[in-house]
Amino acid sequence: MRRGMLLEDIIELFEEARKGKLRSIGRLLTIVENSSLEVLELLEHISSHGSNAQVIGVTGIPGAGKSTLISKMIGEYRKRGYKVAVVAIDPSSPITQGSLMGDRLRMQQYATDRDVFIRSISTRGLKGGLSIASLSIIEVFDALGYDKIIVETVGVGQSDVDIMNAAHTIIVVTMPGAGDDIQALKAGVMEIGNIYVINKSDKPEATRTFEYLKFSLDKGDIGLFEEDWVPRIVKTSAIMGQGIDELVNIVEEHWNHVKSGGLVKEKLVSRRLLLSRLLLERVFSESLQESFMDLDGVLKKKIVEGREYRSITRMLAEKATSKMIHKVDRS
Amino acid sequence: MGRKPIKVLVAKIGLDGHDRGAKVIARALKDAGMEVVYTGIRQTPEQVVLAAIEEDVDVIGVSILSGAHVHHVRKLVELLRQEGAIDIPVVVGGTIPIPDVDTLKQMGVKEVFLPGTSLKYIVDTVRRLYEERNAIGGYN
Repeated sequence: MRRGMLLEDIIELFEEARKGKLRSIGRLLTIVENSSLEVLELLEHISSHGSNAQVIGVTGIPGAGKSTLISKMIGEYRKRGYKVAVVAIDPSSPITQGSLMGDRLRMQQYATDRDVFIRSISTRGLKGGLSIASLSIIEVFDALGYDKIIVETVGVGQSDVDIMNAAHTIIVVTMPGAGDDIQALKAGVMEIGNIYVINKSDKPEATRTFEYLKFSLDKGDIGLFEEDWVPRIVKTSAIMGQGIDELVNIVEEHWNHVKSGGLVKEKLVSRRLLLSRLLLERVFSESLQESFMDLDGVLKKKIVEGREYRSITRMLAEKATSKMIHKVDRS
Repeated sequence: MGRKPIKVLVAKIGLDGHDRGAKVIARALKDAGMEVVYTGIRQTPEQVVLAAIEEDVDVIGVSILSGAHVHHVRKLVELLRQEGAIDIPVVVGGTIPIPDVDTLKQMGVKEVFLPGTSLKYIVDTVRRLYEERNAIGGYN
């Protein structure tokens, strides 16, 4: 956490955030977004609150209209009296680490609604880093009592699949003309939807895209069929506001399905385990790197002496492991 | 973990739709390694303030070309104070008549970028404001 910031200060921030002070929520999110293992203590403190939110992952190809669709979903949820939080993830430049985060642009009409909280984060070029930040932010939103937490992903890559593992409901967004049946069959994010949305369905190719998707779904090539849930396809035109109420109805239906079985608990557990695992992976890779530096001289000497790989590897493993345990204890 | 990137909000307040300048600035800040939240045109001071707070940005940059800068910025600063976020530095760019520059600065605006300001100067200023705020302990 921020240097010089004590856990008590952060807990105080959390209490203010719980009372609805937006500034405190914003600050709290920055702390969890930028910290590593230190976040565990805060999460432990807040995990007794909440755990009631539906986490909705929205993924799909860039340009399919995810942000606009989410904006319309927010409107529908607000009509139904829910408090909504959004985590909008945008890619960062691999060269400068900079990021232009424009998802929020489509949702700005809700900036002044105090029961809607939108937060943009960038991938910061770190493998796994994105997931740690977004998973921690989900935990905070959950503890603050938001009813719906919508996570908008970049739409490509492994991190998307990670975050999806943390969501109760996964919406995959595509659009007419985005590809034929082979595209629908390809491995990746297309496979993991509980609900498929064909956005921009005011376009004429929408019917054909619907047929491709339905065919793949009927054959079981794509879609998440958890506990007898049969994935659904919805046609929307977010910009025209069409199909949004139907989509939200189906998302609610899926939520009821998840809550009626053991899935709701299972998803919460897997979400928190995933966060612990990712944090440990990061700590381990840091520890390994430090061990390499610490043992630099010894390792080089051993290699010159012609020692076995096994003994060198074991030495590194021992050093890195003890460093890792030390870091976890100290956090 | 590496250093936290500087996070900046870029917004256009007012009714004109000329966002080319704001987009050029947003891109320059991004290329300088910053995280830029772009909220687009026709924003109200209230939308800008609440977006800045939700995003917890380090610097707010607003572009105003409509001539109503004094009115909008006064409102913006007032709202920042109300929300307990007056510590977030604000910079303004646009077609601002020179006599108004002091008026804006007296309201608390840290810097006013007039037409012709170089991108490098803008990037450097944002970075300086971020560092100054952090040096005094940042958020309090």
